[in-house]
Amino acid sequence: MPKLKSLDDLKRLREEAQRELTIRQQTTTKVTVGMGTCGIAAGARETMQAILEELKKRDIDAHVATVGCIGMCSKEPLVDIEQAGQPRVTYANVHPEMVGRIIEEHLVNGEVVDEWAFGRVPLAGIGTASQPE
Amino acid sequence: MREISLHILDVAENAIEAGARQLDLRLIEDLDADRLAITVTDDGRGMDRDTLYQIQDPFFTTRTTRHVGLGIPLFAATAERCAGALNIDSTPGKGTRLEATLQHSHIDRPPVGDMPGTLLCILMREQDLALTYRHTLIAHGTKRTFELDTVQIRQALGDVPLSYPDVREWLREFIAEGEEQLKEA
Repeated sequence: MPKLKSLDDLKRLREEAQRELTIRQQTTTKVTVGMGTCGIAAGARETMQAILEELKKRDIDAHVATVGCIGMCSKEPLVDIEQAGQPRVTYANVHPEMVGRIIEEHLVNGEVVDEWAFGRVPLAGIGTASQPE
Repeated sequence: MREISLHILDVAENAIEAGARQLDLRLIEDLDADRLAITVTDDGRGMDRDTLYQIQDPFFTTRTTRHVGLGIPLFAATAERCAGALNIDSTPGKGTRLEATLQHSHIDRPPVGDMPGTLLCILMREQDLALTYRHTLIAHGTKRTFELDTVQIRQALGDVPLSYPDVREWLREFIAEGEEQLKEA
């Protein structure tokens, strides 16, 4: 890797980051994307990149993480949004073109996109066992 | 899976699920020898012989949340379709090494695809994973390599996580540039 220059960049970033990190970790928004075989095949990698793109475009600070399969493969790509003091919301079948609206309504305006929120709107054919905790 | 990079992501996810702390990804595109080789080596919990045999079966999975495990059978099918093979060596308690080779020019060979996207997905895992990645391109007797080593990156970052938004963006650009330069040269 082109070492020196780029690692210097990181050291500078580190200094900037440490100043605000503590505050940020307490108030942060966390977005989690399912990345099992099921998620990957359903396009979760593209969904995650669309999320990063949208966060960057709108200059929103949020923690983004990937996790393995959580067992609702037919609902992949699954995207979870957690915000301090708010209930956790799981969105099902999130394709890249849906990301803009979710970020705008949920993260910017603070309104859950009910029609895509899994478990908020009971979906046909899914029993109570699939309700999120 | 439409891209080699998606298979790589899938295998990497298996390694992480197996508790790997170190993950080494290598992608060698040898145009002179007309081979594409992918190796994924981890220090996860490994598999015994029976398990190693069973994972070739699409209706086997170690997970309890569903009943099929398509990852390895799909990758093996892709390799075999492209005049290649997929082999896995594993030692319980030590780790697993997967190697897939394909004929580079084979008409059915999926494109390598979005490696930056794959790497980013792996890096955004919350586990503290030491990832090394080497993408080598050999053409007309010359060899070029793009390398990523999260140990070096973490050293520079101290306790700032890779998922910190500005760091994430830096990683995204760094990997995209490295891969792009490899293609262009």
